[in-house]
Order: sequence, then structure tokens, then C-alpha cells
Amino acid sequence: MTDTRLPSAFAELEPFAETWCLATEDERWNQRLASSMADMREFYDAFFPRVEEAIDYCDKFSLDDMPDDAVNLLRLIYSLVMVAMAVEIFKQPTPTDSADAVITRISEPAP
Amino acid sequence: MARWPKPAEGSWTEHYPQLGTGPISFRDSTSPEFYELERDAIFKRAWLNVGRVEEVARVGSYFTKEIEAARASVIVVKGKDQQIRAFHNVCRHRGNKLVWNDFPNEETRGTCRQFTCKYHGWRYDLAGALTFVQQESEFFDIDRDAYGLRPVHCDVWNGFIFVNLDREPRQTLREFLGPMVTGLDHYPFDKLTERYDFVAHNNSNWKIFADAFQEYYHVPSLHPQQVPAEVRDPNAGFECAHFQIDGPHRLVSTAGTRRWLLAPEYMYPIERATRSGLVGPWRTPDIGELPAGLNPGGIEPWGISNFQIFPNLEILVYGGWYLLYRYWPTSHNTHRFEAYTAFHPAGTVRERVEHEVAAVVLKEFALQDAGMLGGTQAALETGVVDEFPLNDQEILVRHLHKVVVDWVEAYQREHALVRA
Repeated sequence: MTDTRLPSAFAELEPFAETWCLATEDERWNQRLASSMADMREFYDAFFPRVEEAIDYCDKFSLDDMPDDAVNLLRLIYSLVMVAMAVEIFKQPTPTDSADAVITRISEPAP
Repeated sequence: MARWPKPAEGSWTEHYPQLGTGPISFRDSTSPEFYELERDAIFKRAWLNVGRVEEVARVGSYFTKEIEAARASVIVVKGKDQQIRAFHNVCRHRGNKLVWNDFPNEETRGTCRQFTCKYHGWRYDLAGALTFVQQESEFFDIDRDAYGLRPVHCDVWNGFIFVNLDREPRQTLREFLGPMVTGLDHYPFDKLTERYDFVAHNNSNWKIFADAFQEYYHVPSLHPQQVPAEVRDPNAGFECAHFQIDGPHRLVSTAGTRRWLLAPEYMYPIERATRSGLVGPWRTPDIGELPAGLNPGGIEPWGISNFQIFPNLEILVYGGWYLLYRYWPTSHNTHRFEAYTAFHPAGTVRERVEHEVAAVVLKEFALQDAGMLGGTQAALETGVVDEFPLNDQEILVRHLHKVVVDWVEAYQREHALVRA
């Protein structure tokens, strides 16, 4: 397979990679708002049981020298964090009673 | 439920008798006329934080800051002598905005050797001196020394860059900050340089959003999700351990058991998996000894200290990391909100994930606060009600609105004298 994005140990998560391997919080936030709770629940249920393992996997590399597949896995971890806010806390894509409020993250460290 | 001792007067509010205990008005947040006064009385007089020294790390590093309330655009730049200076962002030739990138009303940053005006190519060095005039001989005995950039008073406290747009500031920055804020003199902000920056354009007066972050009375009601549903107490209150006022500035400290020391059911699964969450990473990095001024109430166990620095700056310190908010008025009922969280630079991926979680959770709950703003502003603007009771947990709300009115009245008195 030439299209794999993730380390082989996490191959089962490939179906989520195209949607959720996103480099910035702004992209992850917009993906969350564009997703149904059912889709986010599916991603959460598939990934959450292995997230600590995924963090440990990425943690083997230094932050400034991560292979591409590990960077993708880290971005997937960030997306799981983003989705967990909707799935675990608010049970809806946006925070309860956030109304028309918009807060935009304009800079962050990479990766 | 009082778990924390109050001052001898019986309440924090009565400990500061100038505050009174009666209902307050929010006309200062709905009146266009009052906003016009605030611009001159506050935003053209107070020291305003515009950034950190790390943002102008090298010679020639600069950023621009739009301060709509003061009708000012300011350039902040580090000179060849390592000094950080501020200038009005106005070319002395024909008044063109000197430094901008794609659009003149958007802030920009970068590094340069000199500033060149887009319009006619006049050049200024990093200390503001006019160094080049195109076709200089066409002018009439122009004295370049008389046409340097107009300076803005600029000073640095513990790495925070402040400007003051007054012709002659009434106080030095240090005098203005006073002993309570400068109690943070030796807090190692310079070690906390990994930043997650946010901006929001909110539909309320700037003070209405500041109010949301200077009382925790609203937390159980507006943010019930901060505790998992299974262990949520519908009658929970929130009591802060210490309040303090010093001049125009305010402080609140909270206490309590560290979230991660609570039983697991008090945390969300993602918090347990990442060892981070609402109150930040569970482990506190060793950033050296913290100054006593961080916890001036001597609260044990100490939670956070939230410094509300007049007029529009909040620095909230969690021990090993901090967050900073600025509220920039853009009209009487709108403002630009800037925020960032700052951590020590992550040494490992796991630490980076901890920081990301803290930055994500913060935005979730700040959005709930921001979600109230449009409704509050519209309701206040009906003018139906103008007497609002505040409790002792809301002492800092009372204080901000009093100080704002005090500064405006002092400005009016001075101008009445001048006119008389």
C-alpha cells in the first residue's frame, strides 16, 4: 500500500486518517463542527482504547525529528482530544450554550 | 458553606469600604458617550500591555499593534542597541500607515533592517530616525532630524512590553503596576515560551467579558460540564480563598485539591489518558522557586492566582504555566479578545500532548463564557434594569466598574478645570 499515513501498528485507524490527520487546531475544530456525533463517536470508539499506546509510540521520537507517519499519528491524537470534548463532555459538536461565539487559534507549536 | 476566612469586616467587599455594597450600574458598558470618554480617560492614559519580549527577540524584530480605543497603531521594535521601542505607525511625510503587510488595518510582524514607507519610499531606522528621503533636494530645506517617527512611551516589566499613549505618563510603569502586581517580579515568565494563541471578535463591551473571568460564582451554573455528570452536584457553589485590591488592579486566588488527586470519576477519560485537562498538565515542571507574591493570601493548598491588571489585561498563573487575556475595545459594544496559554517548551511528545489538551479544554469553556456576551449586551442595552446586585464573590466586578468610572470622572474634572 502506498497510501498509508500511519505507523503499521496503527493500521486499523487508516480509515480515519484522511479525515482527521490535520495539522492545525483550526482545521480540527472545523472538522469537528462539520461532523455528525455518530461519525465522531465511531472515531472515538475506535481510537480511544489505544490512545495511550499511541502517545507512547510517538514519545519514542524527539519532537523535532519525528518520521512522517508518527507526525500523522500525533495529529490523530490531537483530533481525538478535539473529538473527546464533544463525545465525553458536551454530547454535541459545540460547547453547550456557546451560541454564536467564535474563538480562533491563530498560532501553536508544531508538530 | 464558608470554608475560607473572610476579613475582619465580615466580607471582602466591606474590607474595601470605597467599593460600597449596593447594586451597580452597567451604563458604563452600554453608552456610546461613555465609551468615547473611556478612550481618552483610560486607553490614552493607562499603561497597556501589547506583547512579550520574546516576540521581538532579535535586532530588527517588530510587530504592529492596533489600539482602536486610543485611535492608535503602534510599531514595537528591537533596536541595534537591544532596546525595545515603540512608535506611532505613521509616516511623517504624508501620514501613510508606515508598516503593514496585505491590508493596512491588519496587524503584522517580522524582522527588518529599517522601515520603508510603501507610498514614497521614505526610510526610518530601528530607532525611528528618518534616514532617507526620496528626491530630498525637491523639498524646501527639510531637516531630517525633525521628521523621525513619533515615539510612544514604552517600558518592559518582567518581559511584558507596555506602551502608554499619554503625552507624558502620570506614573512610571512600575509605579502604575504597584506592589501587588510587581509581587510577580521573579516569576519565570521567560521560561514559559511555548504558546497557543487565540483571537475572538466578541459582541459585547470589553468589560462584560473581563467580568466573566474575574468571578467564579458563575462556574457551577454556566460550566457544569467541568465535572463529569455522574459526580455533578446541582447545588454546588464556588468560593474563592482570597481577594485583593491594589490601586486599579485586582487579584483572586482559588484553593483546592488538585484535580488529578481527586477520585478518577471526577475526571473525564481523555484527562486520565493524557494526564492533562481543565487545570493544565498534571505534572508541574520544575521552573525554579516561585515568588511569594504569586500567592499573597498564603492559601494552602493553593490553586491559581488571577491578576487583573488595569485596564484590560489578565494574567492567570497556574504554578507551572499561565494564561493571558487582553480585551481591546473596538466600539461601545464590541471588542477584540486576545488570549494565549504559555507552557515551558515541551521536551517530549507526551508533554506536547499535555499542553495541547490544556489549550483545547480552555477554549471549550471560554466559548461558554463568550456565548453569554451577545445576550448580556443586548439585555443591558434595553435599559430596562440599571441596578444590579453583586455578591461578595463578585467583588472584582464591582471594583473594575468603579475604577473605570473613577478614571473617567477624574478625566472630566481635569478637563472642566482646563475649560473653566
